[in-house]
Amino acid sequence: MRDVEASTLSLVYLARLREAFGAASERVDAPASVTSVAALRVWLAARGGVWATELAPGRAVRIAVNHAVAQPDTPVHPGDEVALFPPVTGG
Amino acid sequence: MPVRVQTEDFDVARELALLRGDNRAVGAVAAFIGTVRDVNDDARVASMTLEHYPGMTEKALAAIVDAAKSRWGIIDALVIHRVGALAPSDQIVLVGVTSAHRGEAFAACEFIIDYLKTQAPLWKKEQTSAGARWVEARAADDDAAARWQAPREPAA
Repeated sequence: MRDVEASTLSLVYLARLREAFGAASERVDAPASVTSVAALRVWLAARGGVWATELAPGRAVRIAVNHAVAQPDTPVHPGDEVALFPPVTGG
Repeated sequence: MPVRVQTEDFDVARELALLRGDNRAVGAVAAFIGTVRDVNDDARVASMTLEHYPGMTEKALAAIVDAAKSRWGIIDALVIHRVGALAPSDQIVLVGVTSAHRGEAFAACEFIIDYLKTQAPLWKKEQTSAGARWVEARAADDDAAARWQAPREPAA
């Protein structure tokens, strides 16, 4: 099936989420319905298992799009690098 | 406006001397040095690993320094943050600020470390007597950063 409307995204997982997901990064073809950070989170959580657990509503997950801190309504576009990580603890 | 993320240690005196340069307008140098404690949340910390998000970390630190520069009339600022494996008493982070007078230097230095702790993509994982664990973010750190937002202070 041709999936011409799929959006290829580079996903990056950091710190606890990297360990939980067992991957530091992956490329995904997200469906056309994934137009925002919130929609991406819901789509990834639908994988179930640790994805559902770590990305459940209410869990503190920070998301950055192309290295800039994002909000739930921040749009995502094909080619974007989207990083998911826990609240930061540097300093 | 140097911002660095590095595994190697840093020499505070050398870094502050470089920050000052030969600028005779500098009348105050404020510095904050964060170090690794041997106890956290009642567990003995044997070692720590700092992870970051290469590419974003540098941008986030530069944005924080820019914000400090635009808010206070400081002359320059420096942030060095280490990543990788660290042991108790090791230096983690250096924030240095130069200004004409101490008030701006103190305030900007505290602002930068408060924002760094809540905005820069860095994470600590501790090896403790109770096993390895990711350090949890603290509400007190959010509060410390938030106090710089409101109420608006009078214009300088």
